[in-house]
Amino acid sequence: MEPANAGAAVFAVVRRDLLLAARRKSEVLTVLFFFVIVASLFPLGIGAEPALLRSIAPGVLWVGALLASMLALNRMFAQDYADGTLEQMALSPQPFALMTAGKIAAHWLVSGLPLVLVAPVLGLQFDLDQRALGVLMLSLLMGTPLLSLVGAIGAALTLGVRGSGLLVSLLTLPLYIPALVFGAGSVEAEISGLGAGANLSLLAALLVLALFFAPWATAAALRIALE
Amino acid sequence: MLQATGLSCARGERELFAGVGFSLPAGAWLHVTGNNGAGKTSLLRMLCGLSPPAAGSISWNGEPIRELGDSYRAELCYLGHQTPLKEDLTASENLRAAAAIKGRVLDTAAIARALERVELGGIAELPVRYLSQGQKRRVGLAQMTMTGEPLWVLDEPLAALDAAAVALFTQAMAQHLASGGIAVLTGHHEFALPLDTRQHLRIAA
Repeated sequence: MEPANAGAAVFAVVRRDLLLAARRKSEVLTVLFFFVIVASLFPLGIGAEPALLRSIAPGVLWVGALLASMLALNRMFAQDYADGTLEQMALSPQPFALMTAGKIAAHWLVSGLPLVLVAPVLGLQFDLDQRALGVLMLSLLMGTPLLSLVGAIGAALTLGVRGSGLLVSLLTLPLYIPALVFGAGSVEAEISGLGAGANLSLLAALLVLALFFAPWATAAALRIALE
Repeated sequence: MLQATGLSCARGERELFAGVGFSLPAGAWLHVTGNNGAGKTSLLRMLCGLSPPAAGSISWNGEPIRELGDSYRAELCYLGHQTPLKEDLTASENLRAAAAIKGRVLDTAAIARALERVELGGIAELPVRYLSQGQKRRVGLAQMTMTGEPLWVLDEPLAALDAAAVALFTQAMAQHLASGGIAVLTGHHEFALPLDTRQHLRIAA
């Protein structure tokens, strides 16, 4: 037996959570199917008017992705809290914030990345061209981790609280709005020919900010929940 | 050496206990008893640093555990009344993840040995979901002996264990104490452990 570094502990957390997700596929698929269904119902309901579909596409796809990722938020720490493994993580000599970051990363890989990958297929239903699809994917690639990071703070704050499902939505929705505005805005700007650069830069700045602060805030909230 | 002075615990307006103190030198163990709801688990969680005491201080080798932080946690093994296991993972996957989270890398052979010691060798590759309560406790026992921390804080370690597992626990415990380890245990049973190093703490409101 040899002592490992913090990196190995974080890697172990990610690995364990991915293994768990592989054993309980239904939870992963719920999020993905929700996104697919929401995004597919709009073209069916509105009818085949390419111009209209193109103009609502950024908003609909982004709102769909946002709601889908919110669906998975509750589960981020609840199971670990219930079975006592969260306590063990808090009692580890490795930095708790880093392990929290590992949990958030695993959560994104399971419930955020699939949304990014399926988004271009859904975008086709809205008659988006190739460039717009590219921007949509890029904006979601930066936006979904941002949603996971911000959502983690809300999930940690409401951990162990009754009716946390509703509470976590109320807490995180206002914080999700910048991501929605810049994310959907980038696709819209690309379609209208303005160029997505400004919106994507702002989204990237938000992501960097959240990457830096969210794990610490989440870890602090989890420690309070464990008291 | 684990030392506590003047610990008190409050849950909302209600005070659970006050003025609790003890001093455990290397090789000593503390048996915490008290009625249901007296605050045994709360005391243990304080000793781990999970929750801050309302008053009083806890120190490890002369330094307050708040200041020691990570270096205190590196020496501590805590098992709550529920064994911290992932139901969908196998016993060996659970042990590997638990050790890695504590910052240790265990090879497959070390994990197999730890499970063999608690007589679970045959079902090491079965999801923990299919194990009985007592078998899960045994996995917890393997987890506790596997990484070799000098301080064990165990909440109801004998709950759900059968006679054979109690013997395994007692043996592991005796070994731990003989090698200079310290332990804090709760439980309504008597432990078959050396009485000369035993300290008893009864907490009551």
